[in-house]
Amino acid sequence: MTKQLPFAITLDPGSSLANHTGSWRTLKPVYLDRLPPCNNACPAGENIQGWLYHAEEGDYETAWQVLMRDNPMPAVMGRVCYHPCEGACNRGDLDEAVAIHAVERFLGDQALKNGWTPDLELLATGKRVLVVGAGPSGLSAAYHLRRLGHNVTIREAGPMAGGMMRFGIPKYRLPRDVLDKEIQRILDLGVKLELNCKVDDVPAAFATEGFDAIFIAVGAHLGKRIDIPAYAAGKILDAASVLRDMETGIEPPQLGRRVIIYGGGNTAMDAARTAKRLGVDEAMIVYRRSRKEMPAHDFEAAEAEEEGILIHWLRTIKQIDETTFTVEKMKIDADGRPQPTGEFETLEADTLILALGQDVDTSFLEKVPGIVIASDGVIDVDAQMMTGYPGLFAGGDMVPSERTVTIAVGHGKKAARHIDAWLKGEAYEKFEKAQLAAFENLNTWYYDDAPKSVQPGLDIVRRQTSFDEVIGDLDESNALFEARRCLSCGNCFECDNCYGVCPDNAVRKLGPGKRFEFIYDFCKGCGLCATECPCGAIEMVPETI
Amino acid sequence: MTDRTPQTIKFYQTGTHTVGNRLLDESKRTVQASMDRSNAITSGHRACQGCGEALGARYALDTAMRATDGQLVAVNATGCLEVFTTPYPETSWQLPWLHSLFGNAPAVATGVAAALRVKGRKDIKVVAQGGDGGTTDIGFGCLSGMFERNDDVLYICYDNEAYMNTGVQRSSATPPAARTATTQAIGEAPGNVFGTGKNMPLIAMAHNIPYVATASVADLHDLEAKVTKAMGMSGARYIHIMVPCPLGWGTASDATIHVARLAVESGLFPLFEAEHGEVTKATKIRRRVPVEDYLCIQKRFAHLFRKDAKDIASIAAIQRMADHNIERFGLLDGEAPS
Repeated sequence: MTKQLPFAITLDPGSSLANHTGSWRTLKPVYLDRLPPCNNACPAGENIQGWLYHAEEGDYETAWQVLMRDNPMPAVMGRVCYHPCEGACNRGDLDEAVAIHAVERFLGDQALKNGWTPDLELLATGKRVLVVGAGPSGLSAAYHLRRLGHNVTIREAGPMAGGMMRFGIPKYRLPRDVLDKEIQRILDLGVKLELNCKVDDVPAAFATEGFDAIFIAVGAHLGKRIDIPAYAAGKILDAASVLRDMETGIEPPQLGRRVIIYGGGNTAMDAARTAKRLGVDEAMIVYRRSRKEMPAHDFEAAEAEEEGILIHWLRTIKQIDETTFTVEKMKIDADGRPQPTGEFETLEADTLILALGQDVDTSFLEKVPGIVIASDGVIDVDAQMMTGYPGLFAGGDMVPSERTVTIAVGHGKKAARHIDAWLKGEAYEKFEKAQLAAFENLNTWYYDDAPKSVQPGLDIVRRQTSFDEVIGDLDESNALFEARRCLSCGNCFECDNCYGVCPDNAVRKLGPGKRFEFIYDFCKGCGLCATECPCGAIEMVPETI
Repeated sequence: MTDRTPQTIKFYQTGTHTVGNRLLDESKRTVQASMDRSNAITSGHRACQGCGEALGARYALDTAMRATDGQLVAVNATGCLEVFTTPYPETSWQLPWLHSLFGNAPAVATGVAAALRVKGRKDIKVVAQGGDGGTTDIGFGCLSGMFERNDDVLYICYDNEAYMNTGVQRSSATPPAARTATTQAIGEAPGNVFGTGKNMPLIAMAHNIPYVATASVADLHDLEAKVTKAMGMSGARYIHIMVPCPLGWGTASDATIHVARLAVESGLFPLFEAEHGEVTKATKIRRRVPVEDYLCIQKRFAHLFRKDAKDIASIAAIQRMADHNIERFGLLDGEAPS
């Protein structure tokens, strides 16, 4: 020190920065990204929180692009998905779950309105893949395979693409122009679609046509039958055919004045609501168990009831005599199974529609070597979604799984990844899942109460008589509001809390989009940042010595 | 600095509660959210883990620095804040800072303000600060004089409710029933006595000074708004900030903000503003809690919650204090301050 110090001063003032208080620490804060429960629950593997993040900024196009990485049909999905994401949403424990499906639908519709196309680099691998069936699973697989650079041909036995999205889901839930446009956008990427083209000989497609891999997703569209003693039966139809005829028939199915739909799944609800719209006076559902056990989603049963459909719970049809149906009352036993009570009553109807589930038409696969058909008529696949025949993959309703459009789309994506890896002679490596962001990880003080924006519903009279879409759109302002209700569980959203609450300035802010970092030289490990983090993106871990 | 008017769109529904927000207009974010905040107290200070006072002082002085464009002198009474920031020859202060004695900070600040006036430096503002001991006990006379003369100083008291630096002895700001080194949890009336103590914000109001406010480290937006407002005024101003002390209160180091929040939400520490002796505004309680929630997480009140001898009478008496505040300041929705 060369400088002359004032009288009685022996040392120059120094900064406390020389004092590295980080040495006091026994616990150390670390940033982490937890897995949001919505993402975890999504059968299509969407990064829901990821696209909501962009939607919150009003950057709908980026949000849509992020969504499109996992799901090629957001406008369809926002309408028909049963949104397990919302069941898992942590906001549900605070007030109400974020209406993810409504925002997804809004984004999907914005894309159709503005003609957005997915960002992708089309590499050419030179590999040819055949997709059999143009349902949700096949279309999804084709899209993802195309993204990965393969040449894809879809062969569809029917006259139109869409599978159960068209032949199973009525128009009032999924308008056909939306479906058509989203399918067309996939085809516009260079996917070839051949309609009215049934694939009968799978080995030949490999051998003579030279496809490198085949993905089959033909769905399950054979209505299950049941034996009911009928002395002189009236008309008996199956729900899958009724819904199919709505699309392909020259004129709508003739149902008479009164209709009984037998079954308690979503198809039964759809068939009953379709019958009502076709003008029958009475549409009744007969189901052998109670509301609690029905496979249909509660909101679908509720919407059906609102439209005037009567549901006879705990009844089985024992006998049919022209228009008189004898039904037996059932009761649920301790194991949750319906048991007969010996009490009977009668119902009157002109037509019976069976909605007892659907089977897979596996006849074209029976001779393919290595294919295993499980006892319930579905095709066995391994963890890579490959059948016993090398290079032949399968997904959607024809493999053992729950049957929804979203699961089918997820199968398509998963199969595409495995097919891609198989074509390269590799195995697809799955990402290790991050730990789940639980409600307990959140500090909910920082979130205001904000109930869900309710989508407008079509009024009841129009619903009973027309095939117009039942659930309306969110508009921009409430879609934005809804997106901003996301709590960003487990992932930093740059609220600056950690940066603000540190008594030691031991958090460095790196700027917009870059998050923060800890300055461990000074962090004393008090834990305030972790406790006051709204979304649980900081964890305190023991310091190693 | 902060706009507390209701927002039509709530960001993550958090715009008014978190420190910052990427979706919020830059001008509406807190000073603490900005990358160029002055960090009036820099790292390396020797405050305990989770110190409320270190946090409160940085919140207040960074805001004052922003409001005065960095033209600020701080005077400090003796206390934790002085000791942990300035062990000779190191300092954590990144602004001109002056310490003299325990009891004379208001008088020293008055002198600094007078000197600046003489020099014609109207652009430079003066802040004086001290803990509750330096304010309500030892510096009380000097402070009252500063108020009475209406000197151009903002005095900030960081209230952690006892003499923490010297080993947690009671001050006149220590709450009833609290255990300190000098009010042990023994005998028939364990802890500090009921019924006395000094309510410094009300005493300041009695001086008719231009501005008095209370604030808490649990509500940064509110705190910054009050400091900004005070810096825009002249004459004697007083802000009383609750800063929990993990050591003296017996709380976990990560609970500092949580416990401060419970003090506000229970009504024990009302957030209000007063101008010229009249209460003008009170911050409403958002999610009301019973005082028990606040007391039971602090070891200094542990004797109220003994296993088979819960001190229901004392808890009820403290609840009455909270209820009285709620009524007096109109802390619940739809009530105006009386």
